[in-house]
Amino acid sequence: MTEIKKIKENVWEILKEGNMLVPGRIFASDKLMENIKNDKTLEQVKNVSCLSGIKSHSFAMPDSHQGYGFSIGGVAAFDLNKGIISPGGVGYDINCGVRVLTSNIKIDDFLKKRTEILERLYINIPSGVGKGAKIRIDKKELREICENGVDWCIENGYATEEDKERTEEYGHMKGADFNSVSDRATKRGMPQLGSLGAGNHFLEVQKVEEIFDEKIAESFGVDKDNILIMLHCGSRGFGHQIASDYIQSMEEKYGFENLPDRELICAPFKSELGQNYYKAMCCAVNYAFCNRQMITHWIRETFKEFFPDSELRMIYDVAHNIAKIEEHKINNKTEEVCIHRKGATRSFGPGRKEIPDVYRKIGQPVLIPGSMGTFSYILVGTSKAEEISFGSTAHGAGRVMSRHGALREFKGEEIKKQLEKQDIKIKAGGWKSIAEEAPGVYKDINEVVKVSHELGIGNLVVKLKPLAVMKG
Amino acid sequence: MYMKYKYLEHTADIKFQAFGKSLEEAFSNSAYAMINIICEREVKSKIKKKIKISGIDSNAILYKFLEEIIFLLNTENFLLSKVSGITIKGNELKAELSGDDLNNYELELDVKAVTYNEMFIKKEKGEFTIQVVLDI
Repeated sequence: MTEIKKIKENVWEILKEGNMLVPGRIFASDKLMENIKNDKTLEQVKNVSCLSGIKSHSFAMPDSHQGYGFSIGGVAAFDLNKGIISPGGVGYDINCGVRVLTSNIKIDDFLKKRTEILERLYINIPSGVGKGAKIRIDKKELREICENGVDWCIENGYATEEDKERTEEYGHMKGADFNSVSDRATKRGMPQLGSLGAGNHFLEVQKVEEIFDEKIAESFGVDKDNILIMLHCGSRGFGHQIASDYIQSMEEKYGFENLPDRELICAPFKSELGQNYYKAMCCAVNYAFCNRQMITHWIRETFKEFFPDSELRMIYDVAHNIAKIEEHKINNKTEEVCIHRKGATRSFGPGRKEIPDVYRKIGQPVLIPGSMGTFSYILVGTSKAEEISFGSTAHGAGRVMSRHGALREFKGEEIKKQLEKQDIKIKAGGWKSIAEEAPGVYKDINEVVKVSHELGIGNLVVKLKPLAVMKG
Repeated sequence: MYMKYKYLEHTADIKFQAFGKSLEEAFSNSAYAMINIICEREVKSKIKKKIKISGIDSNAILYKFLEEIIFLLNTENFLLSKVSGITIKGNELKAELSGDDLNNYELELDVKAVTYNEMFIKKEKGEFTIQVVLDI
């Protein structure tokens, strides 16, 4: 049993003991802590605090739950010279992320054609288990995608300059080197680019339910009369294979005897293997940006079929499974660290050079998807987050019930009916995939964003309600 | 007939235990436990594939064995039906997999990756038990 101490409202500490190099810190309300205590999250926060070169604290965001090695919702920063990089600290779905598009389509106009549009989206965007993409790329193109990111999409007519400008890392993670990607990952990557996948990934048409900050909502281009579109997916089998490849090579090279959990396997950041993982991970990050961008292109095409004058513009695209090098102030000294966010979103406040000009005075948009059929949120990044959470906040709702439990508890047909009563239409690959992602298996997202707002690590801007959901 | 495998509670992912009178049988049953999540219906044995895997220890061999099955699913549309002729000697596993094209079936769930989380291979009173958590 890991001991925790509440140090103030929404802030908990695991005191340093044993092999811990820094304390653990969890951002949660009393209510969320009840769930967090019930699985292995706290033990995992503690395990991460034992890894070489960790700075300040091993953090867990308000939506944290048990992962493998690192908890989901885990944030940790490591010294560039003495610290490590860990595939388990990024997750298998490298650059799983979210983007939101605004539109000039009136809610009523959309509702009149909702069922047909949903059907067309389902046809035009590959989704589901074992379903690859509708385009075929070769190895040479995969290399370009990995090394150039969204620039490849611009050259090939899938993206605009504005899309690129409004993507985290400007849609192009520097440092990607395709030579660090295995043949196995290449083989899995080629057939899957431009597909949604399955699991908790989805595409939603939404409307504004509530505006908390009129001025910022306006700056983000949100209009309460028009629909918005949210897309949640990642790097598919390509990222999974890269994670798996490097977990295996790292344990072959460094062994895992001294680790409390084999999934915490890591390599010194500056080592050859550490650098190779970083280069390959950057490839998967760029792949995922392109994946979301191509799907965006097909979403735009689909809406044009119904609304020829429609214009869908990006608010922003965020990554919530990623490792990157960022400058942070630690003990009053600014330094570069290798930050791992696994199920956590960057939440930079005004002034950071990483944020595009259009948002630099305000702070970055932070996109928090709910689960199927629940609210989603747009927050704004803050300087406070940079002070207390390495510029990070939550990434979603976080599960509380197993998939197995969900299948026992819920029937896909009933969930669909319940959602229809709330005026939400759903189109999915199967009943099972609906039951497994039933709203009841997730934590209360409203509580998660409330904690983020109260702490000031991501402030509430807009609450969004789904009108139509497409799932794999 | 005794139980080949069972599923256990896990918040975010799928956890299972597979059993066998030999290590090989337990390995085969862990493959069936994983494939049953992807497709519950019976799969035909139309295509055959030989695999050879090596790893630094039994857990690594198990990890790579299950990963190979996902890899074949993703890259060659190969959906596993049966594991046969499986041998595990030292750090090497050899087996013959038979199965069918996944496009002939409705798949239900995607397995992203195998994990080492809570993984164990245990031998008790001549019975082997394997535990695996899959990332979904």
